[in-house]
Amino acid sequence: MTAMLELRGVTKSFAGLRANNNVSLTVDRHECHAVIGPNGAGKSTLVAQIAGELAPDEGRVLFETDDVTGWSVPRRARWGLARSFQMTELLKGMTAEDNVALAIQARRGHSFRFFRNALRDRSLREPARAALETIGLGDKADIRIEELSHGERRQVELAIALAAEPKLMLLDEPMAGLGSGEAARMIDILTALKGRMTILFVEHDMAAVFALADRISVLVAGAVICTGTPDMVRADAAVQAAYLGNDEDI
Amino acid sequence: MMFSPTPRKLAALAIILVLLAVPFWAAASGSNYVVTFASRIVIYAMVCVSLQSIVGQAGLVSFGHSLYFGLGGYVVALASFHLGEGIPLLGWSGSNEALVVWPLAMAVCAFAALIFGALSLRTTGVYFIMITLAFAQMVFFIFVGLKFYGGTDGLPLNARNLFAGQRIVDPVTFYGICVACLGLVMLFCWRLSRSRFGLVLRGAAASERRTLSLGFPVYAYRLAACVMAGAMGGLAGALWANLNRFVSPDMLSWLRSGEFLVIIVLGGLSSPFGPIVGAAAVLIIESVLSGWTDRWEVIFGPFIVLVALFAPNGLWGLLRSRRS
Ligand SMILES: Nc1ncnc2c1ncn2[C@@H]1O[C@H](COP(=O)(O)OP(=O)(O)OP(=O)(O)O)[C@@H](O)[C@H]1O
Ligand SMILES: [Mg+2]
Repeated sequence: MTAMLELRGVTKSFAGLRANNNVSLTVDRHECHAVIGPNGAGKSTLVAQIAGELAPDEGRVLFETDDVTGWSVPRRARWGLARSFQMTELLKGMTAEDNVALAIQARRGHSFRFFRNALRDRSLREPARAALETIGLGDKADIRIEELSHGERRQVELAIALAAEPKLMLLDEPMAGLGSGEAARMIDILTALKGRMTILFVEHDMAAVFALADRISVLVAGAVICTGTPDMVRADAAVQAAYLGNDEDI
Repeated sequence: MMFSPTPRKLAALAIILVLLAVPFWAAASGSNYVVTFASRIVIYAMVCVSLQSIVGQAGLVSFGHSLYFGLGGYVVALASFHLGEGIPLLGWSGSNEALVVWPLAMAVCAFAALIFGALSLRTTGVYFIMITLAFAQMVFFIFVGLKFYGGTDGLPLNARNLFAGQRIVDPVTFYGICVACLGLVMLFCWRLSRSRFGLVLRGAAASERRTLSLGFPVYAYRLAACVMAGAMGGLAGALWANLNRFVSPDMLSWLRSGEFLVIIVLGGLSSPFGPIVGAAAVLIIESVLSGWTDRWEVIFGPFIVLVALFAPNGLWGLLRSRRS
């Protein structure tokens, strides 16, 4: 079986700093794969290269059998990649439903349509509302983004990714900044997706990582020092030394 | 659905009624001044609605929209000039027919917008402002340098264009054509703003990064918006040339681009009615104040500042969209 996502020797430097060093990993179909690592390990840099925002200095990115290293961000999205951002990146001035509806619109082919009223287009609005309901935000659909709480915005980010019905979901710290109740809810939502979706997620919240991930890759100083099941990673001495160390209990 | 009157709907209705009432007012006043002045407002509103479709909706602040206004005017003037002089232009004898030269003006401007837009859109923010200004200045100096077409002195039109073979002598008829064109442009821009296309533009203005990652090639959408705005600006320029029976590089000047921007900011960026209010306000204030003093900008400047301070969404934004 070919992997949904494969990274082959991805390397990226910023002015001499090696943010990613020869990173290779695979994400299989319907796998939930976590990337963990200390601050500044290069996780978001890796995400940016999978999404197409950054071009690797060396190495290849493959989606299924396609080498997508030269593909633009929108082209990768149209292939079936959906993502959430570490720092929430939503359309301010628009409602939660507007935000999700645009993601649905993107799935319906090109949008060079100049006349029909898209704000009342039920083929866009109904699935958007459904995605928000799945996430537990149905009652906030008509609220503008800037009036939502931080946690609710994180949920909208996820609703957007879900609404795209992606082949591969790329989530950069979906739990970041959530309260404990909100985090538990987010874990529930992701647990419900597990086994049906292919997910690569970056996360600092170890409870979430060990609850969700089928496999974990540990990134330290730009390099993958270990990839394996949660049990393998927990037992790995190098990981213990480099990252999980003393303060973080698992 | 019942008509529920909101301040904005009432204002929009009032504007439409005033536009329709102008010919009667003109007839009552017995002079052509009113209808000519109203035609100026209508044409200005048109070019500003077209500019608003990229500034207000797509968030692309173009400081070069006079380029399309002037180019549209020059297409009409050149077609008429070559016909009158009997000198073919690239094998074409020229034309005085509005139904030929107005669409031609729009097509030429659309093509120009495709080229200039494709280059300008490679930049963002202040650089976009500067590069659009630079392209407009470039075209300005090209026409200043074309002595054959009058250079700085401009080029008069012998007569207004024929409309479907008919002469347009009566200023009221011409006004009617301008209002009809404005109506079409506004309808188009209004539909556009809520279409799928318009939502992509708005999304990209709010977050380009998000819109790209949803799968929209933002550049292509923005370029298409520039092309449409250019074409509509060209139509306004063609009408302006007909109104004055004269074109000059002045139509291409950066001062005019600035004036268009002032109008849309003053009128409000959220509705196509904003530019009508803005155009009427600017042209009326300008004509009243310049009757009092040559230094009318001294009064007009602070007025703009007051609007910016107390009506950040423009004059149209002062009207609530819903009854509270
Ligand atoms: N655009 C950039 N230019 C220069 N340096 C950068 C850039 N982006 C990231 N870096 C550097 O690369 C390193 C990796 O950054 P990255 O954001 O990928 O880390 P991360 O693992 O996502 O960290 P965090 O857990 O804090 O989100 C950091 O040292 C960062 O300062
Ligand atoms: Mg990060």
